[in-house]
Amino acid sequence: MSGYLEGIIILICINSIAAMGVSLLTGFTGIFTLGHAGYMAIGAYTAAILTVRHHVPWLVAVLAAGTLAMIIAYMIGVPTLKLMGDYFAIASIGLGETIRLILENWQSFTRGARGFPGISNFTTLPVAAGFFLAMLILMRFLINGNYGRAFKACRDDFVAASLLGFKTAHYRVLSLAISGFYCGIAGGLMAGFLTYLQPVMFDMQKSTELTAVVVFGGLGSLSGSIIGTVVIGVVTEVFRPISQYRMLIYGAIMVIIMVARPEGIMGQHEIGPKLARSLFARKPANERDGNHG
Amino acid sequence: MADIILKLNNLNKHFGGVHAVQDISFTLERGELAGLIGPNGAGKTTVFNLITGVYSPDSGQILYKGEDIASRKTYEIVAKGIARTFQNLRLFPRSTALENVMTACQQHFRYNFFEAISHLGRWNSHERKIREMSLDLLDRVNLLPVAEQAAGTLPYGHQRRLEIARALALQPELLLLDEPAAGMNPEEVHVLNELIRKIHRDFNLTTLVIEHHMEVIMEICPHIICMNFGALIAEGDPDHIQKNPEILKAYLGEEVED
Repeated sequence: MSGYLEGIIILICINSIAAMGVSLLTGFTGIFTLGHAGYMAIGAYTAAILTVRHHVPWLVAVLAAGTLAMIIAYMIGVPTLKLMGDYFAIASIGLGETIRLILENWQSFTRGARGFPGISNFTTLPVAAGFFLAMLILMRFLINGNYGRAFKACRDDFVAASLLGFKTAHYRVLSLAISGFYCGIAGGLMAGFLTYLQPVMFDMQKSTELTAVVVFGGLGSLSGSIIGTVVIGVVTEVFRPISQYRMLIYGAIMVIIMVARPEGIMGQHEIGPKLARSLFARKPANERDGNHG
Repeated sequence: MADIILKLNNLNKHFGGVHAVQDISFTLERGELAGLIGPNGAGKTTVFNLITGVYSPDSGQILYKGEDIASRKTYEIVAKGIARTFQNLRLFPRSTALENVMTACQQHFRYNFFEAISHLGRWNSHERKIREMSLDLLDRVNLLPVAEQAAGTLPYGHQRRLEIARALALQPELLLLDEPAAGMNPEEVHVLNELIRKIHRDFNLTTLVIEHHMEVIMEICPHIICMNFGALIAEGDPDHIQKNPEILKAYLGEEVED
């Protein structure tokens, strides 16, 4: 496989991990965020500083990156997730930018805008793919069970959820912390892939892209978020020769998908045996409906 | 002395200048099927919201099995055995009927985060128990055939019954039903009456029903509490209520004397 293609696949794996985190928060818990690149930045700089300055093994550094992003997400979540709906989305813009600005201005620690060079290239294709698969399985398991139902209950109607005995604030913070962990891991892998970091890589455009792929992949569909990431990744690469004009195509594709399928590419379906069954068994299902309509 | 499950003492709640609940006191005995009636805006739903902790009262006590639960958090009150339905349905519309009930059933079969992300330990056995209990409840409200359909796509009467099944999944001792017959035709109301009677008996519940349909209340509730403008205006059995001039006045308006 050519190095170029390999690079694209690694990048898609990394971005998919971050998108899964945002998918949990936005798609399954119903909390919009426009600042999750900040957690990727925390993860990236943690992994970079640990491996370069402290010679920590890369695997430990990446896990530490996820853990630190999770802890910071939790600490941010406790006071801010009292904000409901759009208010949290607005706050999250500020939080994401704050994280980036701290990294940019804490020169002695992060080298600021000059960038952080010399990170060893530990994110090879097997590493990226392995992390992607492991994180995907954990997330699917989490969603397919009591926590998944609790998150969805908080998303659909938090009054009803609390009247079913759920401590909704707890689940909202938990969801943010887990999404922080996913973005932190993605950031840590990103450091090992690019070998050079700059705070500007994790600006608001990156945050917006993370939420955009989740929305047009389908809110409440993990497979949708991954498909969304793949589509955006491929579009970005295919149209790279026309440089900045590719953003026009990127925008056009988003508009077309949202007009044609407002619920996103996958709606809230997942790729799996259930979807296949419902596609091939559509007719009998309708007949069954008719009997009890 | 009778076994009192719920006792409201001089409950008050203001919303700005509106005195929505004024000095309401009443008691429910264990095993009762009681009705709470009154014209629109009488404060009936506010009483439910106070009991379930959605609002906290300005003053007064809510004694549930002798313990004051006023101003407690909703999830704490639910854990003590109070469940309710809503006047405007509050189902999870995108989830299937089965998932709606499972979301409530899972409170009885808990497993921890690590079992959840690994599907090891208790995950398998508890998920199976949650599913079995949910299917059984759907069967009791005759919704088993639509278990796999999204709740939001079900006919209105089905959604009402689904919400009752979801409340029952909490295994409550006290069930509060907020206008279960709203928007139903007489045929559906009749079926609903039978259902309320059946679950009241089968689940050993104490049930308090808010209702506008007099045929529901008069037919199934031996104990009726009537409110108007936030105050309790009458209490008693259906005969007593039907003859009470205060209630006629509240529902039909006052006679004009000239």
